[in-house]
Amino acid sequence: MGVFQKIKNFSFAKKLRAIFGKKHVKIGIYGPPNVGKTTLANRIARDWSGDTLGPASEIPHETRRAKTKENIIVNDGGASLTVDIVDTPGIATKIDYHDFLSYGLSEKQARRRAKEATEGVIEAIRWLENVDGVILLMDCTQNPFTQVNITIMGNLEARELPVVIAANKIDLDQSSPATLKSAFPQHDVIPISALTGYNIDMLYSTMVDRFHKRKRRAA
Amino acid sequence: MTGINVNLISQQKLEGLSSQEKIQYILSEIEKGEILVLEKGLTPQEQTQLIEKTMDRVDPNKFIGIEMQGYMSEKTSWLQKILGRIHPPRMTVIGPADKLKTIHKDSSMIKTQVINK
Repeated sequence: MGVFQKIKNFSFAKKLRAIFGKKHVKIGIYGPPNVGKTTLANRIARDWSGDTLGPASEIPHETRRAKTKENIIVNDGGASLTVDIVDTPGIATKIDYHDFLSYGLSEKQARRRAKEATEGVIEAIRWLENVDGVILLMDCTQNPFTQVNITIMGNLEARELPVVIAANKIDLDQSSPATLKSAFPQHDVIPISALTGYNIDMLYSTMVDRFHKRKRRAA
Repeated sequence: MTGINVNLISQQKLEGLSSQEKIQYILSEIEKGEILVLEKGLTPQEQTQLIEKTMDRVDPNKFIGIEMQGYMSEKTSWLQKILGRIHPPRMTVIGPADKLKTIHKDSSMIKTQVINK
């Protein structure tokens, strides 16, 4: 590695944290339904602890209760961060049980899923009070200008919570991380595939850099 | 002749209400089937409160939730924060999810469709 590259890679804050930092943070994985939140939570947990949080599914609102995996130590080679990962239910403004019928659920199952999903949305929103930072997961095959993304981002900015945007599903042909980056130019946007693990090391490095312990301010 | 009402709500109308009153007002109008265009939208915290209240009221037979579209408020600089100046939220359209559909949204335009079943 050349001198200039070493200078470029040197982060004073990172080195200080490596020496002094007691770094244990609670990080919420947020986003709309079906963007891959549980797949990412499972990947993080599996990569660093050999465990998983729960099943992922193509049916929206598979995760209807927040799940936490504690004491995951993420290391980027120079510094590390102890993370409690919170896999939150997808946030939505509408839930129609008819949408679940096309996935083969009976009406009774679909109605129950819809009811539980509404409770999950409320739980996800309430978790915002208890996290130190957020990975906002977006599907980079979809339009990023959704109200859910904007509402979550607005809340994070108002609460001054550190956020990393992960542009998921980069492995799909129709993905467009550039569109997502242009929608949120003031934030770190990391293109990843939670499914294949593509670029996941970049996400870990960014997490260590962004989510160091800091005093959380009230909204 | 039946139709769907689209009501423009002035900034003055909402400014006189607390957050709880705003949300209560908006939800009660939406549950009546009205579509609202707010001259100044809701703060991010009010938006999440609205989503929470909406989820509380979802009823598979009557009310599936809301469609809401707007833009992020401009970012407040550190100097403006010190001076206590907060950019107001921007124009927002809100309606019942079974009557208002978003067709397209990008950084400069929101296209919606009103469905009269």
